[in-house]
Amino acid sequence: MNALLELRNIRHAYGLQRVVNDLSLILKKGAIGCLLGPSGCGKTTVLRCIAGFESVSAGAILLNGVMISNASFCLPPEQRHIGMVFQDYALFPHLTVQANIGFGLHRMQKTERAGRIAEMLQTVGLTDVSEKYPHQLSGGQQQRVALARALAPRPDLLLLDEPFSNLDVTLRGRLSVEVREILKSQNATAILVTHDQDEAFAIADEIGVMHLGEIQQWDTAYNLYHKPANRFVANFIGQGVFLPGKMLDPSHVEIELGTLAGVIPHQCIQDCQLCREGNSVDVLIRPDDIVHDDDSPLRAAVINKAFRGADIMYTLRLPGGSTALSLVPSHHNHAIGEKIGIRLETDHVVAFSRSAS
Amino acid sequence: MKDEALHPTENETGTRKAFFGFSTSTQRTSTGWRLIPFLVAALVLAPIGTVVSSLFAPTGDVWEHLVETTLASLLVNTFWLALGVASGSALIGVSLAWFTAVCEFPGRKFFSWALLLPLAIPAYVTAFVALGLFDYIGPVQTALRAWLGSDLPWFPNVRSRLGVIVVMVLAFYPYVYLLTRNAFLTQGKRSLEAAQSLGLNRTQGFFKLSLPMARPWIAGGTMLVLMETLADFGTVAVFNYDTFTTAIYKAWFAMFSLPAASQLASLLIVIVFAMIVLEQQFRSRIRYAEVRQSARADRIPLTGWRGWAVAGFASGALFFAFLLPVMQLSIWAARVFARAFDQRYLEFLWHSLLLSAFATVLTCSVALLVVYAARRHSDPVTRAAVRISTIGYALPGAVLAVGVFIPIAWLDNQLSEMAMQLFHIETGLLIQGTLVTMLIAYMTRFLAVTHSPIDSAMQRITGSIDEAALGLGLSGWAALRRVHLPILKGGIFTAATLVFVDVMKEMPITLMTRPFGWDTLSVRIFEMTSEGEWEQAALPAVALVVAGLLPLIFFVRQTER
Repeated sequence: MNALLELRNIRHAYGLQRVVNDLSLILKKGAIGCLLGPSGCGKTTVLRCIAGFESVSAGAILLNGVMISNASFCLPPEQRHIGMVFQDYALFPHLTVQANIGFGLHRMQKTERAGRIAEMLQTVGLTDVSEKYPHQLSGGQQQRVALARALAPRPDLLLLDEPFSNLDVTLRGRLSVEVREILKSQNATAILVTHDQDEAFAIADEIGVMHLGEIQQWDTAYNLYHKPANRFVANFIGQGVFLPGKMLDPSHVEIELGTLAGVIPHQCIQDCQLCREGNSVDVLIRPDDIVHDDDSPLRAAVINKAFRGADIMYTLRLPGGSTALSLVPSHHNHAIGEKIGIRLETDHVVAFSRSAS
Repeated sequence: MKDEALHPTENETGTRKAFFGFSTSTQRTSTGWRLIPFLVAALVLAPIGTVVSSLFAPTGDVWEHLVETTLASLLVNTFWLALGVASGSALIGVSLAWFTAVCEFPGRKFFSWALLLPLAIPAYVTAFVALGLFDYIGPVQTALRAWLGSDLPWFPNVRSRLGVIVVMVLAFYPYVYLLTRNAFLTQGKRSLEAAQSLGLNRTQGFFKLSLPMARPWIAGGTMLVLMETLADFGTVAVFNYDTFTTAIYKAWFAMFSLPAASQLASLLIVIVFAMIVLEQQFRSRIRYAEVRQSARADRIPLTGWRGWAVAGFASGALFFAFLLPVMQLSIWAARVFARAFDQRYLEFLWHSLLLSAFATVLTCSVALLVVYAARRHSDPVTRAAVRISTIGYALPGAVLAVGVFIPIAWLDNQLSEMAMQLFHIETGLLIQGTLVTMLIAYMTRFLAVTHSPIDSAMQRITGSIDEAALGLGLSGWAALRRVHLPILKGGIFTAATLVFVDVMKEMPITLMTRPFGWDTLSVRIFEMTSEGEWEQAALPAVALVVAGLLPLIFFVRQTER
């Protein structure tokens, strides 16, 4: 077991309001983890607890197997050797880029320090602007300075708090890939906090979806999308609708569009109550589960459409009256009100017990 | 159809914009508005030009005499005073700012606003109270001698360079305190947290981060202190500590040599401008983008003796800079009240109030005109003119008095000569020795004080606000009354209060340019203190302190919520 960071049932409260609730996670050395959730879910608080800016009221935080926080002890942030990239970067406005990057290297020899600064400037591609001040840089450059500054002292763990939220959308995508490459090249272990799933998918190896101070599911991006552990995760990750259905047997479920057959994720199999024949369930239908097919006898009315370049996202009214989304290649251009042929195409089924809503 | 009605075409908005009197549109340019900033700038530049030109004027006997006897000591005195007051104020101001902004200690909330109170007391009032209390014949030394039964060879001489410096530090430290505290508060906790995550503890964080980051504000506050110190006349006069301002006064009113006074003034101007240039250089090198405000840091608790030591330090500053002077003034004032509260006192008060009111109306109106003019024409030349017109605040009052008096005297002579030649009438002096001279000098000095609050209020009226008012059918005077005035009201009020109090406290301009016999509270204080009549000076001083407290309380209530 190669756990670099371990959170054991940590709890944190602001006054009476509990923001983090018995939260546990384990992060391996060299992995990039992510806490993903809507604003106010407590994800930033978890990060600040790890950094040591907040203390925990119960539970424990271990770094390299050493206790750094529990209910009665909180190692000061400056002794944790944990780096942090802040949401607003918190660059020091009175220092140049290289002085910012060298700020945490105050214990190093002069030459060693200069070498490390040069190396980091190279890594983040900012050698040309090393003499400039933060306010002279673009948002993306500032972001990279913040990253380089946090990575320069070779922290055991790097924390990134909504690192791309101040950047415009086009820049976000490019930078998140770049940041992942930098982190991997430095062999860094990191935790990222964000509310943007594209960002999380682009950077992280493992993602924890947070809601109400708890991790709902800690998994890979693929599994979060295709095997959501509960309704919250299913709703939060990706797009889709729930359609009512009836279980026929543990691997078949009938909905208004027909019978779905497929591997029902293991969490459903475990829940025997759910899989029993005749049970009412809600079945998650993703936009890519409904395929447009002109020859199909099954028809649905277009009630809305969003052109997205390569494809069009249609909102359809199904014969039974419920709505569903369908992702269709964009040369299949249909008008609103038109009825188009659709076909179900699923290789696994995600269903939740009706009563669970 | 309905949609079109709601959104006028581009052309339509264009014409409407041009229609609107105060819009930033350049379609309706009028030379009148254009000229205002330049006229005001010229008015400000005239005294500066007058004084500076005398730097190269032929030197007279009085000047020779001054150079031989006093110039060296003036320079030495000014140097040590400026150095001592600036460093003392910076030390006290910055440390108090740090403790109240970032730490937690007993009484912090109270001290954070109370430490501004000394701003209400003019430095020359603190000065004469200190002299009255701690001089050889003062109550403190007298009581100590009686108690110990011996002389006090160890008691520091109050009438000394150190004495002036201490008094001025007590009076001026709040400038540094106010600005630096703001800097520390707006730094927020992010930067300190960033430093912590990079391995620095909080003490290291203060010296390596918070202090350097606050440097522009510390420099700004210290610069204000320096300006006040160089401009000061009353305090040094009370202490008989000769600096340029008192030398200017003596050259003019004791040696009756206006040229010598002007030459001294020109030297002082050179010093002041050297300071400004230095500061600008310093500032432009480290002009940071504004730090975004984030939640206030968790305060660093100062527990045990540390907390009480800091509370003691803050109490000491507050006691000596505010409580002690106020108490002593009250005692003196109460003692002489029956005798001194008479017709003449009311006359001083009336003169002070009247003068302040005139100056306030004049300065605020000119500031409003300048601000509107700059709004209509925001080209670089106009902006430069606006900057020049607010430069007067850097000019010491004694310098301005000379600089305004000389051109007016010249103008007066021209006028009376002209009247003589054309109409054969003896007009005498028309402007000289009237309130007009004083008011022009006040306006020059205090325009910056009114300009900045009115200008920042005006910044809030954006072009789109004008257009929104237009869109709702308001234009011209209606827009001015219903949109502009309510937005500007607060700024104008602040400006008026500040300048009112500043004029009331003002000493050198009032003393040197007032009409004969037109005595005000500050003139009375000067006359009484120069004879060592501390008690007699107390009653006018109380009025000034009360006047100074009003805007301060207003300010504190606004900011400390």
